[in-house]
Amino acid sequence: MTAQTAAAHAQGHAHGHDAHDAHEHHHYTTTGLDNRKVAVWTFIGSECMLFASLISTYLIYKGKSVIGPFPHTEWTDPAGKVYKAILDIPVTSASTFVLLMSSFAMVLALQAVQLKGKPLAPTAGWWERLQRSSQFWLLATALLGTVFLGFQSYEFTSFVHEGLTIKTNLFGSTFFTLTGFHGAHVTVGVLWLMSLLWIDRSRGLAGKNDELLVDICALYWHFVDVVWIAIFTLIYLIK
Amino acid sequence: MSHDSHAGAHAAHAEHHHPTGNQYAVIALILTVITVVEVWAYYIPALVASPMFNPALIVMSAAKFAIVVLFYMHLKFDSRLFRVIFTGSLIVAMCTIVALLFLFHKLSL
Amino acid sequence: MATIAAPTHAGTAAASENTGIWSWISTVDHKRIGTMYLWTALFFFLVGGLEATLIRTQLMRPNMGFVSAETYNQLFTMHGTTMVFLAVMPLSAAFFNYLIPLQIGARDVAFPRLNAFSYWVYLLGGIFITVPILFQIAPDGGWFGYAPLTTTQFSAGPNIDFWVIGLQILGVSSLAAAFNFITTIINMRAPGMTLMRLPMFTWMSFVVQFLLVLAFPPITVALVFLLFDRFFGTTFYAIAAGADPLLWQHLFWVFGHPEVYILILPAFGLVSEVLPTFSKKPLFGYNVMVYSGIMIGFLGFGVWAHHMFAVGMGAIADSIFSTMTMLIAIPTGVKIFNWIATMWAGEIRFTVPMKFAIALIAMFTIGGISGVMHSSAPADLQQTDTYFVVAHFHYVLFGGSIMGIFAGIYHYYPKMTGRFMHEGLGNVHFWLNLIGMNLTFFPMHFSGLLGMPRRVYQYDAGQGWDTFNLMSTYGTYLLVVATAVFAWNFIRSRSTGAVAGNDPWGAATLEWSIPSPPPEYNFAQIPEVTSRYPLWDLKDPAKTAGIEHSHADAMTITDAHAVPVHEETERHTARELGIPMPFPTAKPLFTAVGMVVMFSGLTFLRYDMFAVAMTVTIGGAAMLIGGLYAWLTAPLE
Ligand code: HEM
Ligand SMILES: [Cu+2]
Repeated sequence: MTAQTAAAHAQGHAHGHDAHDAHEHHHYTTTGLDNRKVAVWTFIGSECMLFASLISTYLIYKGKSVIGPFPHTEWTDPAGKVYKAILDIPVTSASTFVLLMSSFAMVLALQAVQLKGKPLAPTAGWWERLQRSSQFWLLATALLGTVFLGFQSYEFTSFVHEGLTIKTNLFGSTFFTLTGFHGAHVTVGVLWLMSLLWIDRSRGLAGKNDELLVDICALYWHFVDVVWIAIFTLIYLIK
Repeated sequence: MSHDSHAGAHAAHAEHHHPTGNQYAVIALILTVITVVEVWAYYIPALVASPMFNPALIVMSAAKFAIVVLFYMHLKFDSRLFRVIFTGSLIVAMCTIVALLFLFHKLSL
Repeated sequence: MATIAAPTHAGTAAASENTGIWSWISTVDHKRIGTMYLWTALFFFLVGGLEATLIRTQLMRPNMGFVSAETYNQLFTMHGTTMVFLAVMPLSAAFFNYLIPLQIGARDVAFPRLNAFSYWVYLLGGIFITVPILFQIAPDGGWFGYAPLTTTQFSAGPNIDFWVIGLQILGVSSLAAAFNFITTIINMRAPGMTLMRLPMFTWMSFVVQFLLVLAFPPITVALVFLLFDRFFGTTFYAIAAGADPLLWQHLFWVFGHPEVYILILPAFGLVSEVLPTFSKKPLFGYNVMVYSGIMIGFLGFGVWAHHMFAVGMGAIADSIFSTMTMLIAIPTGVKIFNWIATMWAGEIRFTVPMKFAIALIAMFTIGGISGVMHSSAPADLQQTDTYFVVAHFHYVLFGGSIMGIFAGIYHYYPKMTGRFMHEGLGNVHFWLNLIGMNLTFFPMHFSGLLGMPRRVYQYDAGQGWDTFNLMSTYGTYLLVVATAVFAWNFIRSRSTGAVAGNDPWGAATLEWSIPSPPPEYNFAQIPEVTSRYPLWDLKDPAKTAGIEHSHADAMTITDAHAVPVHEETERHTARELGIPMPFPTAKPLFTAVGMVVMFSGLTFLRYDMFAVAMTVTIGGAAMLIGGLYAWLTAPLE
């Protein structure tokens, strides 16, 4: 029932005497959970359906393109020109690894903000100290995200050079749309991280409200990562 | 359902159980190892030819998915409400994918 | 309460409130936003009704030449699109906005500015998709816009562009609102308002928000594919490239079937408020009502292909979707029986809202029965794409959603305006509406079974359809008169209606404990809830003696300023009471304009106006981002 108590505080402003509290932005709620976090989880639920629709379409159209290039097999066009199987597994494995590591950095960024103000033992080594640097981990996450985007633009441009555009065939349309949507999500995430980093540098991220700001960004970021986990297996590895 | 309003009560205590930085590092290692195994399997023609190849890949990727969601997104430690929202949506999404694949004859019994 | 200044006039609008045009543009108050939704959606209801009237005039007699075939296509497409996306959904949204915070004992929604944003996006998206019909370039691919028909190969004009982009815009509005209301219902409830004490309207709305959250992404994706096909030459729906003509249909109906529950459940919620009030009895089987609502929500995602029996999915798929569809009729039937049981042995008062609520039960049941008829695949093969289906879905949409929404309007008008709607005119409206709708849609069962296809603009005489069509058209004219009576009543009663107090109907839930119209802060003191029917506990405890009460979960907060449920009759400003209110702001509107401008830039792409398209799109995007930045960095209150 502690949640109920919290709610009561929020609504206690009815009595004139504590009206000034309002400006300190207490966001007490029925469940004790922050509104923004509830909203972000619902948003993520919705995104599940978004990517489910995109992935379904990719799988439904798999193997249905009437002309190449194809993802896993070679194709010779009527003129005799040979197009190799287009997916580049080594490069994508590297970018997958980068994105996984960005999730690791993200979770440490959140932890660093949460640990702000907690004393650090004098014997703490470099790893403990590094774990306290929210700026380092936010920057690391954003950088790893950017590297992932770099891999993706390399991939997209080399596909275009090899003769696959979004218009070429069903594979091109579904592939570029699905991974493009994912890339757009990563881009938004990187911008979000940069703005957090900017806040951290200008006034320092600390306290419950700031933890929440990082927390919801982290939820989004990890979700984008798990979508990629699914895409990597379903689109790249399964033939 | 009627107990959902209490879900948040657990949220307040949750933070104590969060993994530590080292545990997060171990998780990252596990994720890396699974990815390495996946990619390695992709290059072994004998494995690719086996009927277990696709199911095995899907299981591995589902494991990675679950690990990130449970530990990095703290779903394991956070309010029950978030688990309900996320798992509910995920179930609807999965069922939709599977149903569509059946309808387009990409899967069959 | 007693500690504060002298009472002002109860019952009419507070004089101190700002009412200028700017106050509406910059409002973040859920009640004002709800009011704007109501007016806008009623306007679009008239537009959709006008389109229907033109359709019916064309079909009055065989081979009429009142409108051309092309205009006819635009009319039925825009009629369906308007009624679904611009009238019924936003009418429901009007009630979500107005009622949810009041019913759960909150001062506003979780994200007031996001709420304003949803409204503005809806308004602008509605204008975007409606205006083309004035220039005869409106969408013409039917309300479900089947691709490949809607690809440039078969629909080269700009018509479908407006539809694709317009629906995309409207989707943003619905999704933003859904996240907002889910959070509101989870997190803004007053002490003691447990989930199983939520008023039934709030419960049904809660289910609807989840349907929106999960159903809109598939149509968004389907529309993105169509948009890419039309603007960027992708191949999603290009049969020559190997595309499957069923892809659109599946993605659309994965959305489309949950969508019909999105249209009906709010109306179900409204009549679940009206029936107990005018039967003076608690809702029969509250828990079962909740669970059947949730069941409908879940099963609603597993029946979509019953819209596609005619495409040849095969016996197994047909059987599964048939069975699922028959299953979903069960929780729906349960609701009907619960409503009847609620009225059973009650002290029924036949007010206008009560009549509309009872009409919903009767009319929806007819629509439900024809629905079960086409859940059987072999039967549906005969009925699909005939007027029989048109009859079916108008019995559920008009007889269900619209009747329920009218019940809600008459019921809540006194709360929203402080005055009653005229009872006599209300009765005229009710009877004309009931007779008109049956005269319009009942004959369609017969013209349908006699083989008349839907979406035809002319038919030959001598097929046995003539009389039925004539009847349908006369019925429509009756509906026009009915709607005019309603409109007059709705507008006039704001100034001439009898003054209503806090609780004009003797209802049971929290929204009736505060003045009508409610003050900007809703509740001067947040009430502590101990049962499902707090006002009946207060005024007529005998009525709720059989209901579960518990003080335990509200007790812990008594020291923290929430007070037991009580009637608030005095009206003060939020400032006098020291209640922090969100600042008014036009940033959500600015952001919404940016988004709509950004989307509309796309329309130029197909005419080799790349530079124009880019300028408009980038300009809009800049507005959107600037607006968002200003919004997120400005404090709420
Ligand atoms: C004012 C009373 C109404 C009349 C007279 C009316 C009449 C019609 C007619 C004759 C059609 C068939 C057109 C054709 O197939 O050629 C139609 C289609 C339709 N109506 Fe209504 N309608 C009314 C109200 C509503 C309402 C309230 C809704 C929804 C909430 C609605 C939703 C639809 C839809 C979705 C279609 C299908 C459009 C399409 O084929 O793409 N109608 N209506
Ligand atoms: Cu359906």
